[in-house]
Amino acid sequence: MRVNFTVNGRPQEADDVWEGESLLYVLRERLGLPGSKNACEQGECGSCTVRLDGVPVCSCLVAAGQVEGREVVTVEGLAEFAKEREAHGGCATGACGTSVDAAKKWEAKPQDSQTGEGIELSPIQQAFIDAGAVQCGFCTPGLLVAADEMLERNPSPTDADIREALSGNLCRCTGYEKILDAVRLAAARQERQGEAV
Amino acid sequence: MAQNTRTVPVGTPTDVTQNHVKGGIGESTLRPDGTLKVTGEFAYSSDMWHEDMLWGQILRSTVAHAEIVSIDTSEALTMDGVYAVLTHEDLPAAKNYGMEFQDTPVLAYGKVRHHGEPVALVAADHPETARRAAAKIKIEYRELPVITDEASALAPDAILVHENRDDHHSGHVPHPNIVHRQPIIRGNADEAAKRADVIVKGEYTFGMQDQAFLGPESGLAVPAEDGGVDLYVATQWLHSDLKQIAPCLGLPEEKVRMTMAGVGGAFGGREDISMQILASILALRTGKPVKMVYNRYESFFGHVHRHPAKLYYEHGATKDGKLTHMKCKIVLDGGAYASSTASVVGNASSLSVGPYVVEDVEIEAIGLYTNNPPCGAMRGFGAVQACFAYEAQMDKLAAKLGMDPVELRQLNAMEQGTIMPTGQVVDSPAPVAELLRRVKARPMPPERQWETAGEGADVRALPGGLSNTSHGEGVVRGVGYAVGIKNVGFSEGFDDYSTAKIRIEVINGEAVATVHTAMAEVGQGGVTIHAQIARTELGVQQVTIHPADTQVGSAGSTSAGRQTYMTGGAIKNSCEIVREKVLEIGRRKFGSYHPAWANAELLLEGGKVVTDGGEALATIADVLEDQAVEVEEEWRHRPTQAFDLVTGQGDGHVQYAFAAHRAVVEVDTELGLVKVIELACAQDVGKAVNPLSVVGQIQGGTTQGLGVAVMEEIIVDPKTAKVRNPSFTDYLIPTILDTPTIPVDYLELADPNAPYGVRGIGEAPTLSSTPAVLAAIRAATGLELNKTPVRPEALTGTL
Amino acid sequence: MDFLRPASWEEALAAKAEHPTAVPIAGGTDVMVEINFDHRRPEYLLDLNRIELLREYEIGEENVRLGASVPYTRIMENLRAELPGLALASHTVASPQIRNRGGVGGNLGTASPAGDAHPALLAAGAEVEVESVRGNRFIPIDEFYTGVKRNALQPDELIKTVHIKKADGPQQYSKVGTRNAMVIAVCAFGLALHPETRTVRTGIGSAAPTPIRAKEAEAFLNAALEEGGFWDNGKIITPSIAKQFADLCSAAANPIDDVRGTAKYRRHAVGIMARRQLGWTWEQYRGAGRTLEGAA
Repeated sequence: MRVNFTVNGRPQEADDVWEGESLLYVLRERLGLPGSKNACEQGECGSCTVRLDGVPVCSCLVAAGQVEGREVVTVEGLAEFAKEREAHGGCATGACGTSVDAAKKWEAKPQDSQTGEGIELSPIQQAFIDAGAVQCGFCTPGLLVAADEMLERNPSPTDADIREALSGNLCRCTGYEKILDAVRLAAARQERQGEAV
Repeated sequence: MAQNTRTVPVGTPTDVTQNHVKGGIGESTLRPDGTLKVTGEFAYSSDMWHEDMLWGQILRSTVAHAEIVSIDTSEALTMDGVYAVLTHEDLPAAKNYGMEFQDTPVLAYGKVRHHGEPVALVAADHPETARRAAAKIKIEYRELPVITDEASALAPDAILVHENRDDHHSGHVPHPNIVHRQPIIRGNADEAAKRADVIVKGEYTFGMQDQAFLGPESGLAVPAEDGGVDLYVATQWLHSDLKQIAPCLGLPEEKVRMTMAGVGGAFGGREDISMQILASILALRTGKPVKMVYNRYESFFGHVHRHPAKLYYEHGATKDGKLTHMKCKIVLDGGAYASSTASVVGNASSLSVGPYVVEDVEIEAIGLYTNNPPCGAMRGFGAVQACFAYEAQMDKLAAKLGMDPVELRQLNAMEQGTIMPTGQVVDSPAPVAELLRRVKARPMPPERQWETAGEGADVRALPGGLSNTSHGEGVVRGVGYAVGIKNVGFSEGFDDYSTAKIRIEVINGEAVATVHTAMAEVGQGGVTIHAQIARTELGVQQVTIHPADTQVGSAGSTSAGRQTYMTGGAIKNSCEIVREKVLEIGRRKFGSYHPAWANAELLLEGGKVVTDGGEALATIADVLEDQAVEVEEEWRHRPTQAFDLVTGQGDGHVQYAFAAHRAVVEVDTELGLVKVIELACAQDVGKAVNPLSVVGQIQGGTTQGLGVAVMEEIIVDPKTAKVRNPSFTDYLIPTILDTPTIPVDYLELADPNAPYGVRGIGEAPTLSSTPAVLAAIRAATGLELNKTPVRPEALTGTL
Repeated sequence: MDFLRPASWEEALAAKAEHPTAVPIAGGTDVMVEINFDHRRPEYLLDLNRIELLREYEIGEENVRLGASVPYTRIMENLRAELPGLALASHTVASPQIRNRGGVGGNLGTASPAGDAHPALLAAGAEVEVESVRGNRFIPIDEFYTGVKRNALQPDELIKTVHIKKADGPQQYSKVGTRNAMVIAVCAFGLALHPETRTVRTGIGSAAPTPIRAKEAEAFLNAALEEGGFWDNGKIITPSIAKQFADLCSAAANPIDDVRGTAKYRRHAVGIMARRQLGWTWEQYRGAGRTLEGAA
């Protein structure tokens, strides 16, 4: 079958999709977007988390045919999505109400790695690097999508809020401490930025 | 070498360059691959993709022990989209492989020896087609009785898991179902026992743990025009793989070109071969690139696990708490194939006494062949199981003596100069008592953190968490301590080395360095510290990390906490040679202009040649101009010795690492649910090359230890030897709500034998974390608890 | 495999009538796991995502009419006052990602004894509205579960809504798992006080072949509360009543040993949960000022 949907703001068409295929498979193997990771295929690890019409879901459990006509944001589109959200007053879709600051854009600090030089990162992406929240990195894309969405809803989360929001994302390397650090850091930077205006 | 005319696969790793970065040894520079990893651009082995590639699928045995009567592939072969269906009859060359013993069939022939053993292989144009075809292969088994434990393995009429063994241990083991046996006898334990005022005995059971790395076994094999294969895989040791793969393909090693694809965690589970040989065979057979990706179910069968163990311990002490003697027997279940069982036995045996001074010991460790899943390397490697048992013994002993458990440990703590049961002198710092002091001195986390101002209980802070099982009812706090000892690097006389190729050249007027090693970056941050070392030694800012491959010499395994020591050491060594060559060029060019060229100690710093007094003599760019200096050198740690097969004596280990934990837990004593509140760690790291990474390693290792304490276990049915929970639904690893704050306090007591004084850090925290949590649960419940993981049943008397 | 994408409820019913073996897929959190792991290869997948009415709920006088696909996230966020037990149960479902996709219709369709919603539905009292081209009917929740992973649905029927009684008193829900989040129930328990009828109802999950009520325990407690005048005098329930109630809940369970837990533990845990929930709900009923929504 054929599936048409929007990924990271761009219309996409996938052909010859087997009816049992997941959104994750289509993203990874048909659309050249392997950023969403396949680690369990049963919704237990969160590595494949994407936003489907704005809502974080496990893309391994969404049948490809179910995304016809819908909007998907993956880790590959996260920086752009966050930028759009800033531009639209804290909400990429324009539907989240007003933000502290609609005009000010996030300014990423200078990049550490040359491969990333010049790439604009979302605040949560930058915070993951700065806080040492990335080791093997396999859980990172899913965690970033989930954490970014939580900060959108809840800009000043408590530790318990962070833990609850990220309880569907397994990480085997870090022991989560530096992931908590990263989310706190992103929240603090966001807050500082809001105050600065 | 014949050039492959195919396009380069998508996901092929490229150079990663860190520019404009300061930060040498000792600084928390950030990962060079960090940006790639947060943008989704970093390609893992499962992300590899090639035009017109096929998908490989393995058919695995549904029974644990059986003769293979027949295999019928005819129906699978007729399916549309199927390119190959292979069995052992199609294997091109050697039929077995293995890291230490070549006992593992590429595809089963004659017999299957464990549940989930590969029997047949399919390549098809879509993974679903491959799965459907595999399901059409008919295999007839004649089932055999299963060997599942020491009793069934050593019974008089026991079937031999492997007949006609001719490995390097078969000559000395007491039974062919014993992979290896390592006794250690020192002093006279029976005599010493007479001096004991108290004796405690215990039997302990350690469950089978899975590495549960998130990135599944996967990779891409691309057939080359020269008849060879280009292989992109996630592994811990490229050259060990290569040595095993080439004979099975019937190819010389130079025709098997391996490149490290992105690795989604390892923890020991990628030290053995998984899909490497099978994907290569399919690629060579079909003439097409073949991708293989295990799903999570298959991953549980696709790698070795941590050895489950039975441990029998006896300790004695005088009434003032001095240990008199220790006797123990450790039985490790190696499963159906040896993997690294023999080395795990050596570790368990030589570290079984823990970080304590005990002069009279009688130790025996054995590793079994059974029909259970094969076990091998996992973080902590044999020392984990022993630590769980000897630390439980310490608490028992303290209780019997009426002593504080930390004091008892400190009283018997080893230190620099202590002689191990193997006769080896611990010749670098061993701050065991100090580590314990530090975790004990920490302030306690506040009580009843679930209480909120007027809003009832925050269940997220309670045992049971979001499941809303307690609002404080039944909750009791407990505190426990543990400390452990782990060896670093490969032991027992193994020729352990690493290789580093270092290049320095001038690009756009700036001196830049390239580091090329075969080190597996599995997440630990080796690439970060490689750049730091190059900066420190060569005085450059810009460092390029070349992808790991087999075009450079072996780096050894990313395991045993050895890579910072070994590949870090190799890079340091090669950099020093490069530096000498740069200085030599400088002396030839500029030596006559300044006497310091001849008589001062010269360094490379900030892109310049400087004297040890800080005077700049020339820029590296002026010295080198368009000349590049490149060096590839092997580097070794000091040699070790094999353990004597009768007495266990020998300087078997390179270095020791120590960590201590204090666990604070809250147990819902009625429901048997546990919440770990805090898991504080103190560890000697020798030298924190990158403090951010050091803390990350310790927290990660600590959490894996927590997991095995309270939830992680591969459950094998003792009647059938079949795995009952091969999924993330039933093999549980800690979530962020199960993981407490993990304060880390590290010491930097340099090991004078190691580069920069470093000490391997990754494994020690995995050891003491588990027994500390167990001790805390015992403290909260008063129960004995001799098995990991602690299940609610064990806490509620409902087994 | 065919993928059917009805745009309306009527089309969905027609498709199900034409292809009774079609497997409905909404949140996909059960069905896709089975497909991903090769456990199921249905001839037809019937996608219900495009049917808006399944994603809506309506709060009526006596009932909440809950669309089968209303995600658990919305239940736990928006229906805590009307359906406190189900809201608590929804919060224990898997992970935020799963709660964003899954709904009660999936739990009912799968009818696994481990489904998190069942004990809350049993305790609150509910009817499942199912429909086919032949018409609709209401199945009382007590008659819905017919066996292990079997329910009272006919092959041509689809689950449309669940009519759940609005809470007239405190409700609680707990489940036991060996992890503090994202865990399948080893067993679960739900309790609802119904002061209007002066009755209590219970629900037990994962401790019998189907979700069940502990009817003897309910009858005992109903009688004990009546006898002691507890509904009127608001006294603390005596420990012996609580114990007897808990013991009867335990006894109602008919669990098995499996990889997630022993039968003995399940029976034990059901009793503990029953006793604690009786305490929590009764405390709230007495108006001790503790909100039992808590932070759960």
